[in-house]
Amino acid sequence: MASMRDIKRRKSSIQGTQQITKAMKLVSTVKLQRARASAERSKGYFTSMYDTVNNILKRVGHIDHKYLTPGASARKAVIVITANRGLAGGYNSNVIKLVTRHPQWRKQDLEIYCLGTKGRDAFVRNGYAVRECDAEIVESPLYKDAAALCDRLLTSFAEGEIGEIYLAYTNFKNTVSHIPTLLKLLPVEVPEERQEKDASAIMNFEPEDAEALDMLIPKYVTSLIYGALRESVASENGARMQAMDNATSNAEEIISDLTLKYNRARQGSITQELTEIIAGAEALG
Amino acid sequence: MADKNSFLLRIITPDRVFYENPAGMVEFNTTEGEIGVLPGHIPMTVIVKPGILVISESQGEKKAALHSGFAEILPESVTILAEVIEWPEEIDGERARSARERAEKRLTGKSPNTDIAKAETALQRALARIEVLK
Repeated sequence: MASMRDIKRRKSSIQGTQQITKAMKLVSTVKLQRARASAERSKGYFTSMYDTVNNILKRVGHIDHKYLTPGASARKAVIVITANRGLAGGYNSNVIKLVTRHPQWRKQDLEIYCLGTKGRDAFVRNGYAVRECDAEIVESPLYKDAAALCDRLLTSFAEGEIGEIYLAYTNFKNTVSHIPTLLKLLPVEVPEERQEKDASAIMNFEPEDAEALDMLIPKYVTSLIYGALRESVASENGARMQAMDNATSNAEEIISDLTLKYNRARQGSITQELTEIIAGAEALG
Repeated sequence: MADKNSFLLRIITPDRVFYENPAGMVEFNTTEGEIGVLPGHIPMTVIVKPGILVISESQGEKKAALHSGFAEILPESVTILAEVIEWPEEIDGERARSARERAEKRLTGKSPNTDIAKAETALQRALARIEVLK
């Protein structure tokens, strides 16, 4: 049996860890609330954006447009949104696995655009081509940063360097469930069912369809990236909160186990001392 | 919207709902020119160009600087998805003026590597901001 002193030392070290995990949980709870509120505030923008773009696409159907047809290049750009820090359970590795374990993708065809340092570390370690990495954007997502990234991607798409653009992020469903999601950004997929002539189908466009698409799709892609960023930040804090909650209760369990062991050891040593004293007294008498 | 003299105007940015109220008329700048939208407009989607947005409400007018985005116009509602929009009190007048000077200098400078389109948008943005502040 471990000595009383060892048990005591271990117990106090675990108590220290528990205090840290508890504090981290509180911090991420607050951050989660803030991230969730801002994700909800911006949701209206994305749903309207999505509806409008889908509406146009349904109307125009399969036309020959540069953003609707895949590029000639086999290279794919993948934007991966991860955290800058760990200790968030499976949050980072789940997103990364979406890319590394994709059945049809080959490593040499991919160009990774990392948002968040954890993703960059993992992809560099595994020998992927990491084109860009932005750590700041995850800390405080700004629309203009998303727009700048989108601009660079669309330029290389237009120049034929990349044929497809994907986005890997974590969808924030609710506080406890976060779903790693892979989304195809470009070429934009035309929704299959073409609507019958109902109210929303009679929509006029100024300028004409193709020109409107030229201007709308960059905004659409930007808003998807930005929305994904907001969702991912909320998911990150949710995942961390859960992980830290588990860690705290695990520490609690270990501490109670150690307390039991400590008391047993103390009792044992008292009993032993008593036996020794009695044996000594008997030997004398 | 039972009222025939107004429609629901919603202006949404990526970060917040900027404005959501019934309005009598809204005027702004589009790629095809300035337009004013009254209730009962035919359905239309237009792309926004930098300029001033004027909202006519029952109590008066409200102005804002609208820089980019697009608008979905329906008979009973107008939704403007604005990437950048500011109320007059949110604008830094000093910055707008210096931005105008810079843009003008770039446009008159005629150096071969000036991005004319970019400089022009910058100038329009600065002008819209200054105009709203007046």
